[in-house]
Amino acid sequence: MPSYADIIAAVRQSTTEVSLDEIKSRLEKRAPMVLVDVREKEEFRAGFIPGALSLPRGFLEIQAEQRLPDKNAPIVLYCAGGTRSALAAKTLGEMGYTHVETANPGFVRWKDLGYPMETPPALTDAQRDRYGRHILLPEVGEAGQAKLLKARVLMLGAGGLGSPAALYLAAAGVGTIGIVDADTVDASNLQRQIVHATSRIGTPKVESAAKTIAELNPDVKVVAYKERLTSDNVDRIFSGEGQGGPWDVVVDGCDNFPTRYLVNDASLFHKIPIVHGSIFRFDGQAITFKPFEGACYRCMYPEPPPPHLAPSCQEAGVLGILCGIVGTVQATEAIKLILGKGTSLVGRLLTYDSLGMKFRELKVRRDPNCPACGKNPTITREAGYIDYEGFCAR
Amino acid sequence: MPVIVRIPTPLRTLTGGNEEVSLEAPATVRAVVDQLEAKHPGLKDRLLDEKGVRKFINLYVGEEDIRFLEGLDTKLTGNEQISIVPAIAGG
Repeated sequence: MPSYADIIAAVRQSTTEVSLDEIKSRLEKRAPMVLVDVREKEEFRAGFIPGALSLPRGFLEIQAEQRLPDKNAPIVLYCAGGTRSALAAKTLGEMGYTHVETANPGFVRWKDLGYPMETPPALTDAQRDRYGRHILLPEVGEAGQAKLLKARVLMLGAGGLGSPAALYLAAAGVGTIGIVDADTVDASNLQRQIVHATSRIGTPKVESAAKTIAELNPDVKVVAYKERLTSDNVDRIFSGEGQGGPWDVVVDGCDNFPTRYLVNDASLFHKIPIVHGSIFRFDGQAITFKPFEGACYRCMYPEPPPPHLAPSCQEAGVLGILCGIVGTVQATEAIKLILGKGTSLVGRLLTYDSLGMKFRELKVRRDPNCPACGKNPTITREAGYIDYEGFCAR
Repeated sequence: MPVIVRIPTPLRTLTGGNEEVSLEAPATVRAVVDQLEAKHPGLKDRLLDEKGVRKFINLYVGEEDIRFLEGLDTKLTGNEQISIVPAIAGG
């Protein structure tokens, strides 16, 4: 029977070691290297080498192919002293990884030498528990969850679209949610506006939404704007003046054309991405407008329909659950923008026909002649906001 | 080769509730609009004004907006799907 010493000696023979100085030098040169910390999560949380991904040795075989998909990538493993990483290197070698090195010694010495290290953002134990299913996703992890907790999302409207979006953004731990809505809860809202409740009919929607959010997730701070978005207050609201600064993302779930165009122009002036959602009867649309990167709302629809061709949901009706589909698409887009992951709906209009149960994707290109984001814009911050009611009443 | 036109909910009052209209071999998008009008009078006026396609409606051939193709003169070979996508503002 081989002893521990025999096993380690054999492993050291069969694996390639790399010094801490060499790792530091490669980091400085930004040489291609996948740095993997194989220590336990608790050790990793106390500090790690910058850029390292955490893959505890106990999960190595289970997660390696998912977390380290390229078997020919240059991989450098480290642990505290050099033993666990050597054992892990042997395992990866057996799994077909061709270019694996193990650090000798390890992180304890790295720290003593005063080499650069990172500490993951501190989540509380309660947050690790609450967001555990997010943290398990490599695309989120503790760092991504910390981003969400720091993020600021402004919701325009706590209505059909805003309700499901606010619920999921709050559940996801988006740290600050601003809500702009001047209305009060009406019984006829409750067929679709699921952030509200029968017991709160007659109370302001921003207060009602804040109450639901507080019960769902106490991590979330709600900034309530009980006002209608207008040319006069849009700059104050978009800049988050007195409320912690500018918003990272705006989720547009408002219910009329003048505000849609105002929101578009303000987002270009403030360079804040808009996640747009709109609904009518059984149809929904969603798209993300990233200022000056993708098309804007005016590129997509240069002019609004005249009022007689644009009945509101109040006049024409809307399938309640349609709001749930479109609003949660918007929330998903907002989360992805915050995390910087995935492919967003920039330049892609997602249309949803709930009667036919068909989703479609259409290309939306930037219009070089767009009056707001084109080459020679006439709608500019200097010129100020236009008369949106007048623009939509033509 | 038929061309399928997807009708959005607001315009289905003009197509007897039909969500799709199948047209026989229109050569251009302009011909699509004319054939639609012949089948369902009133549709053309909802899609076009004197300057062309109304600015709150986009017509797509497949995934592409005809404004970035050849507009109403965009040629069709058959089997395309045309989508009429109006601006909607509800929330």
